[in-house]
Amino acid sequence: MKNISITDEIVAEHGLSTDEYKTLLSILDREPNLTELGIFSVMWSEHCSYKSSRKWLKTLPTEGPQVICGPGENAGVVDIGDGLAAVFKIESHNHPSFIEPFQGAGTGVGGIMRDIFTMGARPVANMNALRFGSPDHQKTRHLVSGVVAGIGGYGNCMGVPTVGGETNFDPAYNGNILVNAMTVGIAGADKIFYSAAAGIGNPVVYIGSKTGRDGIHGATMASAEFDDDSEEKRPTVQVGDPFTEKLLLEACLELMATDAIVAIQDMGAAGLTCSTVEMADKGGVGIELNLENVPIREEGMTPYEIMLSESQERMLMVLKPGREDVARAIFEKWELDFAIVGRVTDTGRFVLKLHDELVADIPVAPLVNESPLYDRPWIPTQKRGVLAATAVAAPNDPLDALHRLLGTANFCSRRWIWEQYDHMVMGDTNRGPGGDAAIVRIHGTSRALAITTDCTPRYCLAEPETGGKQAVAEAWRNLTAVGARPLALTNNLNFGNPQRESIMGQFVGCVSGIGDASRAFDFPVVSGNVSLYNETNGVGILPTPVIGGLGLVDDLDRTAGLAFPAAEQTIIVIGETTGWLGSSAYLAEIEKRDEGAPPPVDLALERRNGDFVRGCIHDGSVTACHDVSDGGLVVAIAEMAMAGNLGAAVAMPDDSVPLHAWLFGEDQARYVITTENPDKVLKEADKTGVSASVIGRTGGASLTVQSAYTISIDKLRTAHEAWLQGYMTMA
Amino acid sequence: MKSTVVVFPGSNCDRDAAVALERACGTPADMVWHRDTELPATDLIVLPGGFSYGDYLRGGAISARSPIMRDVVAKAAQGVPVLGICNGFQILTECGLLPGVLMRNSGLKFICRTLHVAVANTDSVFTRGYEANQVLQIPVAHNEGNYRAEETTLDRLEGENLVAFRYTTPDGAANDAGNPNGSARNIAGIFNETRSILGLMPHPERAADPYHGGMDGARMFDGLVAALTR
Repeated sequence: MKNISITDEIVAEHGLSTDEYKTLLSILDREPNLTELGIFSVMWSEHCSYKSSRKWLKTLPTEGPQVICGPGENAGVVDIGDGLAAVFKIESHNHPSFIEPFQGAGTGVGGIMRDIFTMGARPVANMNALRFGSPDHQKTRHLVSGVVAGIGGYGNCMGVPTVGGETNFDPAYNGNILVNAMTVGIAGADKIFYSAAAGIGNPVVYIGSKTGRDGIHGATMASAEFDDDSEEKRPTVQVGDPFTEKLLLEACLELMATDAIVAIQDMGAAGLTCSTVEMADKGGVGIELNLENVPIREEGMTPYEIMLSESQERMLMVLKPGREDVARAIFEKWELDFAIVGRVTDTGRFVLKLHDELVADIPVAPLVNESPLYDRPWIPTQKRGVLAATAVAAPNDPLDALHRLLGTANFCSRRWIWEQYDHMVMGDTNRGPGGDAAIVRIHGTSRALAITTDCTPRYCLAEPETGGKQAVAEAWRNLTAVGARPLALTNNLNFGNPQRESIMGQFVGCVSGIGDASRAFDFPVVSGNVSLYNETNGVGILPTPVIGGLGLVDDLDRTAGLAFPAAEQTIIVIGETTGWLGSSAYLAEIEKRDEGAPPPVDLALERRNGDFVRGCIHDGSVTACHDVSDGGLVVAIAEMAMAGNLGAAVAMPDDSVPLHAWLFGEDQARYVITTENPDKVLKEADKTGVSASVIGRTGGASLTVQSAYTISIDKLRTAHEAWLQGYMTMA
Repeated sequence: MKSTVVVFPGSNCDRDAAVALERACGTPADMVWHRDTELPATDLIVLPGGFSYGDYLRGGAISARSPIMRDVVAKAAQGVPVLGICNGFQILTECGLLPGVLMRNSGLKFICRTLHVAVANTDSVFTRGYEANQVLQIPVAHNEGNYRAEETTLDRLEGENLVAFRYTTPDGAANDAGNPNGSARNIAGIFNETRSILGLMPHPERAADPYHGGMDGARMFDGLVAALTR
């Protein structure tokens, strides 16, 4: 193995540039062997090193009184009171899910859950954000089917409820689907586990599944574009075993209840390499591994394969001296492999031995700190002009347009998807899929966590900065709409090839918008993931910075759902309606036009309106609430009517806006609420300077607009429920 | 009432069952690891839902051979009531305490939804809290809930009133429209001959708390407590 000399070709195959290889040579002061080259290659991959994005991620706000641990560990940690903490993060598994959707999506879910319980938290909820190509594309049905089954197969078996998410279709994802999985866990606020190795001589322990040849170079695959031969990358996709992960979860939590663990790190991307190097680097120590002790699935695995395998359901721990037997007993009870594979050293070097033969020796600090950092050139996205509402033709019957919209791929019910997810296991799901945010009770209390995932890529494409702001605003609004106090967010930044200036411009713009919005809302970024190179044959995806929002519900009896609760209630819209149709869903889906600037996001207004709505939910004056987003006011009202199986009659409060713009415009900072006490709500709104207009009343079996147009709720529901079910069961 | 919940590797509704039992009777259930060989003194044995042994081989097939199952079978023979929910039902059929098998859902997909089941027989410790033919709203969450048995077995189950629950439409009709998984004769749950053992696919423990959005499952646990408290 050592005898293979490293050629330029081998270096290129490992995804390292000439300059990067020069840095490597100066760090080692000699030529690397193949194992060492492989280690540098994965550690310096885009996926592990964030070399194109780090400069910009540093600009995001990550602090606040609620933050216990921001970005940099396995997940973010926030204080949720009563001595508890929520641990959460979102992560992508885009590339593998396109190659092998069932395993790719499943191991994505498995990976993010491992990140959460590595920190000592029991996972209590999963969410996801999915993007697929055009429904007409030949692969889309197969990908939807496999991804949904994969997410369900893993989460259901783990016994962690999948409580919501979002799914959209656009031809821009034909060659690169997005599978972003988020997990939220709960831990004791003073029982968080970190990854910094410590204690010279302490044992380094390997637990979980055996190491096989699957997933070798997965991180490198996830750091490159696809081409026509991407199918050949199937062997780089990992294979999941959720049963083993369930055992690993229970065994880890059982061991964490003792005081045996010094540090713990899961093996995700770049497997044993990344976990060891991160533990050593964070602790400022060295680690020496004896590879003959690593449990392996197949005979004859080389050090290179062992170090780069991405086999799932594995963890690395540093134990306190003398606690090996306590730990071993727990892992044997759960029928998991347990092996002492190395020890912490004071050399600051990452040393690998196989039967006493030295197979790699790399200084840890420069491997991490001298990883490449690029200030990639970028150009700002060209601004679009504002599209006047009058420049968009009015439909003959706006409710016929609504009916068509609700029956499209992007607006139909996602029931076909979420019925394949166990969204109730653990017994704490109070509001599951289909609402603005899911609500999951904090076990044994009357408090809860609210969770949402959001992004509107259409806006991000049109105006990245506004799109970034809007994604955060919508997540914040969705948490607010159920009555939760938004606490913090995690983000999954999915973009194309950062070496193209226009793509890098989208990235810079979106990150800037996310930063502005999270600062304005005191809604810090505590964890996240970047997925670049979502591009095939030079065609990139829509910029898709997904926001995973977490909020706190202080009293489960003070929340709101979106279903109309009863007849004869007053419907009020909170926030100004100017009829903004630029970059709207109406324009895209009904008029098939992609133009105009997206709706501006006024962060101060968002905050004022949201705080007002949350207050009304808490004081009991709101009986239902829904945020107004994609599709505008009439889509929000229709969703409330379908959920409550109850109609409504609405009308414009004045004629300052054309009817179709009033119905379908996507002005931000708006909510639809129902109330039995409109006078009180209007008076309070007036006092706080919040725009609130009565637009109608609930009742009947139809939705009526301006007394001129009407459609039955049954008819809307039939269209809404039919599309996805029909599409997926088509031969 | 003293109850026992058996925990298999991969069980994941063990805590949910214990919470529902404790809510009904006020005392925590004993959680017993599958590798134990003897159950504690108990008035009720619960085999919970989940994916024991990852559903490898067949749902419930490996757990049915767990060491603790010998004592479960022995206690059942002595008349200790046994409740198998979802994967617990699969284990009961695999170990022979109940007839038939649970095959893959006819739609070939995992189904998680709150649906309607009618109480077919109220003459048991499990169902005495319900009205005859009462239509309940209880969630299901399974991949393999399609109950199948020989026609003669199905005839016997129906003839001897050993069907406990049937999937129905909201108005109580046991027809194809109300059947989520293709189960023979819309069977959602069955008893053994003495009605001391119940296996069912729906999850009563998921409709046992006001925040679940329904309490139809709580009545099973309340009925058990009323029947079994000494």
